Amino acid sequence: MTRVFVSRDSTALSLGAGLVAKTLATEAQAKNLTIDIVRNGSRGMFWLEPLVEVETAQGRVAYGPVQAADIPALLDAGMLEGKQHPLFLGNIEQLPYFKNQNRLTFARVGITDPVSLDDYIAHEGYRGLKNALAMQQTEIVKHVTDSGLRGRGGAAFPTGIKWNTVLNSPAEQKYIVCNADEGDSGTFSDRMVMEGDPFVLIEGMTIAGLAVGATQGYIYLRVEYPHAHKALNEAIQAAYQGGYLGDDIQGSGKAFHLEVRLGAGAYICGEETSLLESLEGKRGLVRFKPPLPAIVGLFGKPTIVNNVISLASVPIILDKGGDYYRDYGMGRSRGTLPLQLAGNIKHSGLFEAAFGMTLRELLYDYGGGSASGRPIRAVQVGGPLGAYLYDDQFDTPLDYEAFAAISAVLGHGGIVVHDDTVNMAEMARYAMEFCVEESCGKCTPCRIGSTRGVEVIDRIVADIDKAKNVELLRDLCDTMVCGSLCAMGGMTPYPVLSALNHFPEDFGLQAARA
Amino acid sequence: MTQDYQNQKPVVLDVLAAHQAMPGNLLPILHGIQDNLGYIPADAVADIAAALNLSRAEVHGVISFYHYFRTTPPGKHVVRICRAESCQAMNGRTLEKHATQMLGIDFHETTADERFSLEAVYCLGNCACSPAITIDGDIYGRVTPEKFDQLIAACKGAQ
Ligand SMILES: Cc1cc2nc3c(=O)[nH]c(=O)nc-3n(C[C@H](O)[C@H](O)[C@H](O)COP(=O)(O)O)c2cc1C
Ligand code: SF4
Repeated sequence: MTRVFVSRDSTALSLGAGLVAKTLATEAQAKNLTIDIVRNGSRGMFWLEPLVEVETAQGRVAYGPVQAADIPALLDAGMLEGKQHPLFLGNIEQLPYFKNQNRLTFARVGITDPVSLDDYIAHEGYRGLKNALAMQQTEIVKHVTDSGLRGRGGAAFPTGIKWNTVLNSPAEQKYIVCNADEGDSGTFSDRMVMEGDPFVLIEGMTIAGLAVGATQGYIYLRVEYPHAHKALNEAIQAAYQGGYLGDDIQGSGKAFHLEVRLGAGAYICGEETSLLESLEGKRGLVRFKPPLPAIVGLFGKPTIVNNVISLASVPIILDKGGDYYRDYGMGRSRGTLPLQLAGNIKHSGLFEAAFGMTLRELLYDYGGGSASGRPIRAVQVGGPLGAYLYDDQFDTPLDYEAFAAISAVLGHGGIVVHDDTVNMAEMARYAMEFCVEESCGKCTPCRIGSTRGVEVIDRIVADIDKAKNVELLRDLCDTMVCGSLCAMGGMTPYPVLSALNHFPEDFGLQAARA
Repeated sequence: MTQDYQNQKPVVLDVLAAHQAMPGNLLPILHGIQDNLGYIPADAVADIAAALNLSRAEVHGVISFYHYFRTTPPGKHVVRICRAESCQAMNGRTLEKHATQMLGIDFHETTADERFSLEAVYCLGNCACSPAITIDGDIYGRVTPEKFDQLIAACKGAQ
């Protein structure tokens, strides 16, 4: 039986992959062809989705982008034997966009059946857990520390240090919490892992549980991700059945339980302490730190809170060793970062690369420039709290420290591209509006300051007391940076000030770019 | 207690019973109620508060904190439009304007014929194919005003 792959990834579905799979099934049946349709994750090359891949004697052959109406012709042309057709792409892994990536965390995404435990194990899955089960707790943590892995959720805090703190906080109950709130616009790597290879997250969390002695894990998933929810629940069930979750993991006598909890559309609940409040059933008000969640976390117990990508990178680290992972990257940014090309970009998608590539390479060599064909004018890296960059800054290497040096952040690796039709005063205003909408309300500079920020920008744009209001805006940003408890209020000034400084002409100011 | 709530109350009590032993159960309970009833009726607050030993104000505070929870019945179809940066970079603002004009309602409103509710969301994770919307459970990418009209027409045709 020929295996044919059509993605179940949300973005592929948003382009019609569901109908493609359905049509393929009915057309094949009508033509008496026996096929096995696998609903895989996405390869992350979304300009080619819906992508259809066929397992042939010569290996996997891809066709795309395929619409349901193309199916009869594709079958007639001999798609199941990998024959030629205008939509023929050949071996997708030979395309430079794919070939030049370093797919460590995403090794299986787009390749396997996401909810098949057998498939996972056949593709090197659960090897990290196997190693971890034979190690002392401190040894597991040491591998993570040695890997140089830093939190991929935004703050880039060393994961090994966090785990060590939880390990050394004695308690009857500890928790592993996965932050799957992925609220940043322009990001979808967490979603792609959860939809395309949920077992790698489950394995990573199980290893974390073993490492620090936590027996219960929660995945706090944003409600906007119903397809990820489904895939996770299917995989969790399979893991329980296969003895990879439960009271006795693979006969080790060690327990780890896992459950998905849904958020409810609050961006601030991606902030780790707000997330914990939400998991406890409360409003997502940010907590004061200290105490750190690693010491007083969920229900007052020591808790690891890690991003999806951080946790999903753990299995390969435990499989191949901390050194293997650390050998990728530059400076203090070790390993790989799954970058997400979004917005106005021709070849949008997921690109997992070792740290060190420049933004320009990514935007032009792989991204292919803007989708509209117009010049790229502004690029926001690191989500809604990240700075807007302009052309002169595109040669900055993708590295935490290099970005910090230009007052920017890499964050969760989201890259939103705008062409020259963008109005940067509007984007600055939007950043303030977003803060109004999403502030948890605890600190005045964030709650009220953002409302004032919208008004001041409106006055600048309307040319009312321009010089005075620009000064006021800067003052206000200063107050937000200094007087906010968390990065919501504390970093909203990044997009606002970078827009003002790099694109003053959009505010009706003289273009005096330093 | 309203007439409606007399019919809804058994559902609320079922959801409460199903989540009794769960730690941190308030959000799962609110999801359960909204999944079943389409919204969280005002009258349910007292029952939730009583079951969880919370004050009504606490329950109300949680419901109002989260954008996703609604306290009024939705239209037959719920249209969610992403308003975040990536979608803006691909003419999302034009789509927003078009959608509000075409449906004749603003965000967080429901059409008079109760067919459509329009909601704003900030990111659907579909940023590689902006602008993105969802209609009920289905997600759509690269939505132009024309495509929007087709999708709405398909909803109307299907009822
Ligand atoms: C406003 C705000 C929103 C955040 N949203 C997310 C998010 O959606 N996902 C995430 O993993 N981290 C998010 N973070 C970062 C978390 O607070 C925390 O640093 C992270 O979950 C830790 O995991 P890591 O070390 O693996 O990155 C957010 C932080 C702030 C201040
Ligand atoms: S900065 Fe804003 S979101 Fe963060 S704690 Fe203060 S009010 Fe809440």
